[in-house]
Amino acid sequence: MSNLDHLYREIIMEHYKNPRNQGLVENQDYKSNRIKNPSCGDDITIQVLVEDGIVKDVKQEATGCSISVASASVLTELVIGKPVEEAKKIVDTYLNMVTNKEFDESVDLEEAAVFSGVKKFPARIKCASIAWVAFKDSLE
Amino acid sequence: MKQNPWKKDFPQINNQLHYFDSAATSLKPISVIEEVDFYNEKLSSNINRGMYYESQKATELYEEARQSVAKFINADLNEVVFTRGTTSSLNMVARSYGLNHLKTGDEILTSELEHHSSILPWQYVAHKTGAKIKYIPLTDSGRITLEAFEASINDKTKAVVINHVSNVMGHIAPIKEIVALAHEYGAIVVVDGAQAVQHIHVDMKALDADFYAFSGHKMLGPTGIGILYGKSYLLDEMEPLEYGGDMALDVMKQQFTWKESPTKFEAGTMPIASAIGLKAAVEYLQKAGLDNIHKYTKELYNYLMDKLKDIKDIDLYNKNSDTFIFTFNLKNVPSHDAITFFSEKHIALRAGQHCAKLIHDFLGINSSLRGTIYLYNTYEDVDLFIDTLKEAIDYFKKLGF
Repeated sequence: MSNLDHLYREIIMEHYKNPRNQGLVENQDYKSNRIKNPSCGDDITIQVLVEDGIVKDVKQEATGCSISVASASVLTELVIGKPVEEAKKIVDTYLNMVTNKEFDESVDLEEAAVFSGVKKFPARIKCASIAWVAFKDSLE
Repeated sequence: MKQNPWKKDFPQINNQLHYFDSAATSLKPISVIEEVDFYNEKLSSNINRGMYYESQKATELYEEARQSVAKFINADLNEVVFTRGTTSSLNMVARSYGLNHLKTGDEILTSELEHHSSILPWQYVAHKTGAKIKYIPLTDSGRITLEAFEASINDKTKAVVINHVSNVMGHIAPIKEIVALAHEYGAIVVVDGAQAVQHIHVDMKALDADFYAFSGHKMLGPTGIGILYGKSYLLDEMEPLEYGGDMALDVMKQQFTWKESPTKFEAGTMPIASAIGLKAAVEYLQKAGLDNIHKYTKELYNYLMDKLKDIKDIDLYNKNSDTFIFTFNLKNVPSHDAITFFSEKHIALRAGQHCAKLIHDFLGINSSLRGTIYLYNTYEDVDLFIDTLKEAIDYFKKLGF
């Protein structure tokens, strides 16, 4: 498989075309975080509802390239229902993976593992990270 | 295939790199690199200070750079200020001139074609002074016309802030006519020439613009050096933004005076190596000849446009670019997805908004791919670009974009 084929995996395309948990809610209980990347035009908003230390719900609205849109979608599915501490651990592991740093392979990234192909494309790391960073900021 | 007489002078081009990103920054010929190296290896001394040979020589070369730039744009020596680049030059005008001359009710006339470095400093001025920013309506193909300018200017217009060549569309604006009309209304004209000087003859006395800014690194020179041209009576009345070494005439306990332009605007140690390199860049452009470069790049651009005609699945936003910038998207493919495909083939394009969001809003798109034809590009580069474009279209289609 070429580097490019490693990047554009089927799962990523599937999420790009059918993003999960898309659409924002007007609910003050959700913590909202919008990140824009003016150099590329990406515009991503993540909304997080935390109850009793559990990530109850995540909503996303993403405009941008396939990698940024798909990574926002995959993120929401992965972290909904997880305790906050576990969600944070997942996000850190994912961000380490895409930035080609050492990461805890015992953490199950499920579908998000397909984004490992991004590390071969330093220029695209930001695309794969925006939604995850926005989510992480919302938990702080 | 026409032989390219210049490519051999650019050591950055090896067999792998196909460079279409000259609007972002140009490659540098060996003569520029050697000049920079000469300063660093043989002189490496500060200017205007030392009494020894190396410092004297560095000062001489630095001032020769100013002379060659002044000659290149037909300006007087005291009208050529060295800066960090176009951004610094334009900010200097906005902050030093704009903040001190504009007031509530005044209007700043500009366009959606502007680079952020042209429009943001004046948004700041507007915010601080209460002046208002107004936009000249563009034609459907994104051009600034004299007619639209004439319909937009009025007695309240105090500053016209406008690009000479758009960094997204490559269109040349009718600056000379705009300046003449603006002056009838008593407005000053600030021109962003960053994309112009490397393509067309720019003559300050003929254009009559009040301020004109450009960068060394887009005209084959080093990064870190730029130019602010300003009419001497305007530069004389402007205050420097930076105070420090070498700009002061006399320093007392409670006050100081400053030297004349351009020295008063060049506080501290300037990028001496870059200025000296810029001189070599100007000389290179003069030797190659802007007309020769224009003729060659135009033919190559026409060759590219001819090939693009047969390719359906792209949106090309500027079919008749005056300076051979081509801005496009693959249909249904975000620019950052598309560019990755080109990058894998060592084809250097730019993806995103190119620091010009307003023109993307105007075009109704989120981002775009931008390529530039410049003197070192070859027919082989264009052929590879076209082949890769076709492959990219197929690749992304198969993926389901």
